[in-house]
Amino acid sequence: MFIFVVSFLMYLLLVWSGGGIPLIEILIALGVASVVTVAFRTWNRERAVRSGRLDPKRVVDFLHYLFGPFAVGLAKANIDVAKRVITGEIRPGIVKINPGLRTDIARTLLADSITLTPGTLTVDVDDDGTFFIHWIYVEDEDPSEEQLYGSFGDWARRLAE
Amino acid sequence: MSIMIFIFAAAVVAVLAIGVVGRLAAGPTVPDRAVALDTMNTFVISLMMMLAAVYDSVVMVDIAIVYAALSFVGTMFIARFIEGEV
Amino acid sequence: MFIFVAIFVLIGLAFNLLGAISLYRFPDVYTRLHGATKCTTFGTLFSMFAVVAYALGRLVMTGEARFGVLIIHSAIAAFVLLVTNATGAHALARAAHRSGLMPARAVVDRLEEFDEVRAKREGAQV
Repeated sequence: MFIFVVSFLMYLLLVWSGGGIPLIEILIALGVASVVTVAFRTWNRERAVRSGRLDPKRVVDFLHYLFGPFAVGLAKANIDVAKRVITGEIRPGIVKINPGLRTDIARTLLADSITLTPGTLTVDVDDDGTFFIHWIYVEDEDPSEEQLYGSFGDWARRLAE
Repeated sequence: MSIMIFIFAAAVVAVLAIGVVGRLAAGPTVPDRAVALDTMNTFVISLMMMLAAVYDSVVMVDIAIVYAALSFVGTMFIARFIEGEV
Repeated sequence: MFIFVAIFVLIGLAFNLLGAISLYRFPDVYTRLHGATKCTTFGTLFSMFAVVAYALGRLVMTGEARFGVLIIHSAIAAFVLLVTNATGAHALARAAHRSGLMPARAVVDRLEEFDEVRAKREGAQV
């Protein structure tokens, strides 16, 4: 249902060109959304995507996350990498950590956040949720969650579990 | 005035996209080349966005969205190929 | 409006340039991915902010709806770019590690140790 609503709204958002939306476009949007939903269901039958529930509060939380901590982390990450590009001061390594996330959506969210935040890049995620993270400047060979990505683990838990 | 800035920036980004070809050609391993290609794709998207403002056409932004999606599919496919699963 | 466009474009160009330089400056594919993914995503995001600032200015000046459409589509493009670039970098890093490419000058590589343990366990079971 979630996929259906999102693809329907996305199609209408993309075809809207200033004026009203003709009826034929709404019909096409319904058709496209149905096709996408059926395709998604069919291809995910074997291993269903485990996602948390969706409610309006989570959408608001997600926007808060996107424009709050995530935007700050992205800016800090870029200044950090810019500094390392100029000075060439690196000490790379791959560390592992298990934040204990169960749903696929939460893992995707955390992995993407890690990749776009200071000095870290997700390399692999194991089946039981262990993250292998390439760290551009290793401070500690067995780091804590706090050292690696700050509050993002809590955010991922809150948003998608 | 703004248009001039966009034209200048688009020219610089185009030069950067061509500059990345060095890594694409030299890259000692296949993943290096894939990273260079990915970077080039991002530059092209940036270029399209700014040209959309210059030529005042929304269609170019739509093409940039489709290009981003297609370059993602391409990157995923190259990654699968490197893993040896194709 | 012109000031904002100029500032955003310059920030975007600076980060795009750093992203391109990092491809030549870093020693191996993982560190290159750091620079290429973060800096170019950020730079392209700022080019989009510049386009949005420009369209917002024109929207206020002329009141034509097509500039509003330009803003919406730019926002969608920014979101698509944010998600696809991070995921693509993740896929490339994983593929590089599985194809046997080790990080250069690494002080620690837990994934390699993990892979060896897993290979031994599977070998013992067979």
